[in-house]
Amino acid sequence: MTPHILVLAEHDAGDLKLATLSAIAFARSLLAQCGGSLNILVIGDNVAATAGQLRQYGAASVLVADHPQLKHPLADKYAQVLAGVAKQCGATFVAAAASTFSKDILPRAAALLDAGMLSDVVAARPDGDDFIFKRVLFAGNAIATVTLAGPLKFLTVRASAFSHPTREPGESEVTSISLEPERLPAFSEYAGREAKVAGRPDSTEARVVVSGGRAIRNAEDFERLVGGLADTLGGAVGSSRALVDAGITPNSLQVGQTGKIVAPDLYIAIGISGAIQHLAGMKDAKVIVAINKDADAPIFEVADYGLVGDVYQVVPELMEKLKTHPGP
Amino acid sequence: MRILVPLKRVPDPDTRIRVKPDGSAVDLDGVKFAVNPFDAIALEEALRIQEKVGECEIVVTTIGGDECIEQLRVGLAMGAQRALLVRTAGDLDSLAVAKILAAVFRREQPHFVLMGKQAIDDDSNQAGQMLAALLGLGQATFVSRLELIENNTRARCGRETDAGIETITVRLPAILTTDLRLNEPRYVSLPGIMKAKKKPLEETTVADLDVTAASRTRLLMLEPPSRRKAGQRVKTVDELLDKLKTEARVIS
Repeated sequence: MTPHILVLAEHDAGDLKLATLSAIAFARSLLAQCGGSLNILVIGDNVAATAGQLRQYGAASVLVADHPQLKHPLADKYAQVLAGVAKQCGATFVAAAASTFSKDILPRAAALLDAGMLSDVVAARPDGDDFIFKRVLFAGNAIATVTLAGPLKFLTVRASAFSHPTREPGESEVTSISLEPERLPAFSEYAGREAKVAGRPDSTEARVVVSGGRAIRNAEDFERLVGGLADTLGGAVGSSRALVDAGITPNSLQVGQTGKIVAPDLYIAIGISGAIQHLAGMKDAKVIVAINKDADAPIFEVADYGLVGDVYQVVPELMEKLKTHPGP
Repeated sequence: MRILVPLKRVPDPDTRIRVKPDGSAVDLDGVKFAVNPFDAIALEEALRIQEKVGECEIVVTTIGGDECIEQLRVGLAMGAQRALLVRTAGDLDSLAVAKILAAVFRREQPHFVLMGKQAIDDDSNQAGQMLAALLGLGQATFVSRLELIENNTRARCGRETDAGIETITVRLPAILTTDLRLNEPRYVSLPGIMKAKKKPLEETTVADLDVTAASRTRLLMLEPPSRRKAGQRVKTVDELLDKLKTEARVIS
């Protein structure tokens, strides 16, 4: 079965999320194995420029569903558009990078088309007339090899498992999707979003992630030690669930099974014990550094470099000495 | 008002999961089971809504065999009024689960469904969204704040997205899936357990619900994740910096 893949792009008010490129890389790796076609769908309001950024990745078309009613990513509207486009372009796969955006929308669209879905796919290959996939479950403690029956399959893919695609010569055509806005569902209404702290990169996109855990006693210390070290390295900040539960950090910083999955070049765990739920979110980092007072903390079992010590002494010293070195 | 809360039986979240050496399944020997933590949060929220609005019945449901009765009893002991077991055998994927829950929804006609955003065994995070699509209803996923508004005809939901907390309002009935920070579920009390024994626990089957729900996902093999190579201990910040520069080459 020759795959016809539709990738749903993710953006934040027009700013393309880099994980989209990993979903495209996944699609291209499958096409390289068995031929087929790729289309990319951008849904939003005023997203022509976003679509333009996606023209160099070998897609036949970048499809654009552009309408003021699609300004916010409401699942009822987006899933209906996605399902409609998937049907219209004869897609056999609908894929997106795993995120709260795609997890909200893709299962809904899949069910609208009576299609099955696999979450957190890390590998795919053709097998006779069908395909075989690997996906992560049990908080990363098991990798399942599975098949998914049916002519149309929905997938979210782990961005950390697919590097970014090379740019291709030539440009994909940009095609406008005709919408019937009056037929879009209106079960839900957008009512706003808490402003996110600006200035630091997203932990899923950064080369360096500095994360704090239970050893950090309050929000000021988190900002000074974790935020400070991240800024010194030009990196992003992350948090263990313990700090989220303690109200010290917002949930959007949480790295782990139910938070973000990150795979930076360098992950520095500060005062994190290393519960399996946390390890599930960061153990694919290229280099892991752990700093913890407890020499028996499980985080040391996955760390490339472990330093036993009080984070309140080690981290300021580290920042001081990094500042005397040139940057990363 | 009636609230439907599906509960899934999963291995206790504090259990270390190991894949059997032959790769056929997870080794569940001696593993304790629990209500999926996100579902417990959903039930807790339903109980708090009940305490606020008064006239409200909470129905817990699950899909599976005899073993799942334990989790329904926990739900009843926490405070749900009745329980419904849909008997099935074998593993079901999210779409199959959503089809069965859609039939339960039609039978129970709840005001809304509160359920966990994902089960911590399969980690799929699909069933709630699929259920909403099958029923032609709205959804709010990753809910960490919930308030019923406009005379209980809409819900105002704070959603934990990657970019921060987003607020939407959704028309009821709807499917609401819960995230960690919505609440902290209560413990089951001894009087609760005693009372639960007298509460109705009804059983039905997929055939009785008139659903065809076969799993399309087939598991071929399970394997443990590749383990990271054992690392090294460094004694000082200087040694750490030196290693990061010259050995790992992640800083210059």
